[in-house]
Amino acid sequence: MLSQQILNGITLGATYALIALGYTMVYGIIQLINFAHGEIYMVGAFVGVFMITVFQQGLVVSLAAAMLACVIMGVTIERFAYRPLRRSTRLAPLISAIGLSIFLQTLMTKIKGPQPIPFPHVMEDALYKLGPIEISKVQIIILVVASLLMAGLHFIVKYVKIGKAMRAASEDYDTSALMGINVNRVISFTFAIGSSLAAAGGVLVGLYFNSVSPFMGVTAGLKAFCAAVLGGIGSIPGAMLGGLFIGVAETLGIAGGFDTYKDAIAFTLLIIVLLFRPTGLLGRPIQKKV
Amino acid sequence: MLEINDIHVSYGAIRALKGVSCQVDQGEIVALIGANGAGKTTTLRTISGLIRPYTGTISYKGQDIIKLPPHQIVNLGLSQVPEGRRVFTRMTVLENLEMGAYSRNDKANIKLDIKKVFERFPRLEERKGQLSGTLSGGEQQMLAMGRALMSRPTLLLLDEPSMGLAPMLVQEIFSIIQEINQSGTTILLVEQNAHMALSIANRAYVLETGEVVLSGAAQDLANDPQVQKAYLGE
Repeated sequence: MLSQQILNGITLGATYALIALGYTMVYGIIQLINFAHGEIYMVGAFVGVFMITVFQQGLVVSLAAAMLACVIMGVTIERFAYRPLRRSTRLAPLISAIGLSIFLQTLMTKIKGPQPIPFPHVMEDALYKLGPIEISKVQIIILVVASLLMAGLHFIVKYVKIGKAMRAASEDYDTSALMGINVNRVISFTFAIGSSLAAAGGVLVGLYFNSVSPFMGVTAGLKAFCAAVLGGIGSIPGAMLGGLFIGVAETLGIAGGFDTYKDAIAFTLLIIVLLFRPTGLLGRPIQKKV
Repeated sequence: MLEINDIHVSYGAIRALKGVSCQVDQGEIVALIGANGAGKTTTLRTISGLIRPYTGTISYKGQDIIKLPPHQIVNLGLSQVPEGRRVFTRMTVLENLEMGAYSRNDKANIKLDIKKVFERFPRLEERKGQLSGTLSGGEQQMLAMGRALMSRPTLLLLDEPSMGLAPMLVQEIFSIIQEINQSGTTILLVEQNAHMALSIANRAYVLETGEVVLSGAAQDLANDPQVQKAYLGE
């Protein structure tokens, strides 16, 4: 029973982790909490639905299309809503992000209506037994896709030139420019990666809970943000860990009878962790610049 | 090679540079000396494109570079070792060197140049897999210099290479600067340690509160009573 709940929690947590990565990478590089990130996730889910219903595509193509659409959206948002504000006070892009978040929710409500719509039937689900645990086909898909994407991200950041440039720019903007790194391009790339992961999360969640709505990005976004902060904002492994942590805690909380407080669990956890580790689980201690 | 003409820079209401002009010729070591806050670092950051002056011109090999972003200026063969070294502390020594070669695509030659850097700074090779935040100050300075050389600069800007280093190390760093110069790289050096700077430079400029107050051959400046009193502590 417990192992079953933990498996369910990891599945949910993997989707939180996918969203949390976008928050943490963007924060790492331009110190902005991208409050429109939850809406990118929501739009990703809708693009997935659109591909399946209108273009009769399978899951793989729909997932790829959702990711691509959100790459374009994320890069455009950065270019026009955040970049012009980069040299202004830190509050300005934050307000721009909140505005965008409201705009995207409203736009999607206008197009699709405020009611949640069911995720189209894209395949037969099946249940497999692994000893005492039951795992569904959808869960397997979520775990496999999320693991592949995170492994891909790890590879890019660790070994690919632009990924290394991301690390350099998140540590020292000016010095990166002195190395010949086009920092604007690196920032665009960061938004592209973060948005594509969120889009994948959106499609997978739609598939898992069989529902998408224009407001699905609000709670999921906030929880993923909690996951990013809990793991240590700016830290990529931290976001993965934080997402899994919150997913498992939430599922165990529901199983333990706290289902009414389901959405409060992430925030409570965040408060508790921050009390003891103000920089999050894997966050670096704050260094004073000398 | 590098010609700076009457540049003015302000940080808000504070005027950091009030019409600085200087020039660097091919093959030279030119020093920019002056007290804290005289505008030395600002001058270098302006050359590299990190700061935009509101008037004045900077030309490099005859090309106006004042409107270019920093990453394009590097491509022209102008590389800077920033003040305080600023190595990427969470990246390994090797990764730092790779970042220095970011704009290049000739993998084989990059490897060759990394080897050259390790020949010049053997201690870096011993620590190539180590996070550079764990290096000592002297090693970080060597890494910062090696990293700047990775773009194959024709003009190297050095900002306070002696800062925070033990006197022995300062000697070592300065003899390496001379070696780099002898192998064909022109050098513009900013230093508070005027004594060391004048001992290796061909020419020097003295900056005071954002203006060039003196300039000339390094030897002459070292013998100038005014300079001796203000900067050499004699």
